[in-house]
Amino acid sequence: MNHNLLWRVAVTFASLSVVAVGGANAVIPDIHRQVVNVLGWMDDATFANLFALSQAAPGPNVLIVSIIGWHVSGWAGLAVATLAMIVPSGILAFAAGRLLTRLADASLIAMIKACLVPIAIGLVLAGGFVTARAADHSLLTVVITAGAAIFVVLTEKNPIWALGAGTIISMLAFWIGVPHLHP
Amino acid sequence: MQSYQASSTGPSRLTRNVGVKELFLGFLKIGLMGFGGVGPVSRHVIVEDRRWLSEQEYASVLGIGQILPGANTVNAAVMIGDRFRGIRGALASAAGLMAIPILILVILASAYAHFAASPHIQAAIAGSAAASAGLVIGTAIKMARRLKPTRVALMFGLLAFACVGLLQFPLVPVVVTLAVLSIGLAFSRRLA
Repeated sequence: MNHNLLWRVAVTFASLSVVAVGGANAVIPDIHRQVVNVLGWMDDATFANLFALSQAAPGPNVLIVSIIGWHVSGWAGLAVATLAMIVPSGILAFAAGRLLTRLADASLIAMIKACLVPIAIGLVLAGGFVTARAADHSLLTVVITAGAAIFVVLTEKNPIWALGAGTIISMLAFWIGVPHLHP
Repeated sequence: MQSYQASSTGPSRLTRNVGVKELFLGFLKIGLMGFGGVGPVSRHVIVEDRRWLSEQEYASVLGIGQILPGANTVNAAVMIGDRFRGIRGALASAAGLMAIPILILVILASAYAHFAASPHIQAAIAGSAAASAGLVIGTAIKMARRLKPTRVALMFGLLAFACVGLLQFPLVPVVVTLAVLSIGLAFSRRLA
């Protein structure tokens, strides 16, 4: 087992953990930048595929980190990546749950939230954008991305339907031989 | 707010008695049912199904979770678990939330690694990857529309998007800089 690699996994995700305001989706651009561009653990297509798998499973969005750890170094990588991502922020939440709620007044929390939420939304949009650039290599996939986005904006239905529809449309297109599906 | 403050002074003040096992099983259910994110189902289980917290208490916990870094739902699980059963409760809740999704994910990933060479599977994965990206974009647009941002808020959101999404700057300095600027601006306005 490569301890240097596991250490690198731990450092990468622990440092993201404490700045991930807005949850895991907000740090996707940086996860992509680090694991694809800086560390070279995978290519663009693999990143997009792992992200898709993490979305297909139920549970918190933070699972993208677990699956990257698994891809890089099996079960040990999964455990290290997941713990690195949730323990530092979890300790903060633990402390905040005990202290902040008693000490800080509600209007202060509301003010800080009003300052941070727009930044978090901008980061989530950036995450979607970076993932789309990694995933979309043809007109069909661009249409699927746009369709899924519109589905989420316009309906209150479970997003899993859009995920399923995108999967089926892409398979059907392959079966009937729609050109330019793959570059 | 009042009801939240009344119960925020520590686990001992809570009238409702929730055990470690109960916390684990409740969050196990949330993890299992939370396809496409656990936000909606976690409110349903915690407020309606198990009646651990009132609507207001849940909103407060979630609000604090949102201004902290990390996965909002994991943060909320840690805080709720701690309220009822201290550190053991926090660990049981977080572990319950993650257990089943991680198992399902590993099964999916193993299947993917096994069948990745098949062009049919490649087409399916390409479609779901494209859709996943769209889900995130759609979520961001929906959140932005619900927020009804002020011009300053819109500016900070677009700056965050441009720096990280278009210019591909490292996230940590961008978030720290924008957060400090945004909170500093709000404080100076508050004092003015």
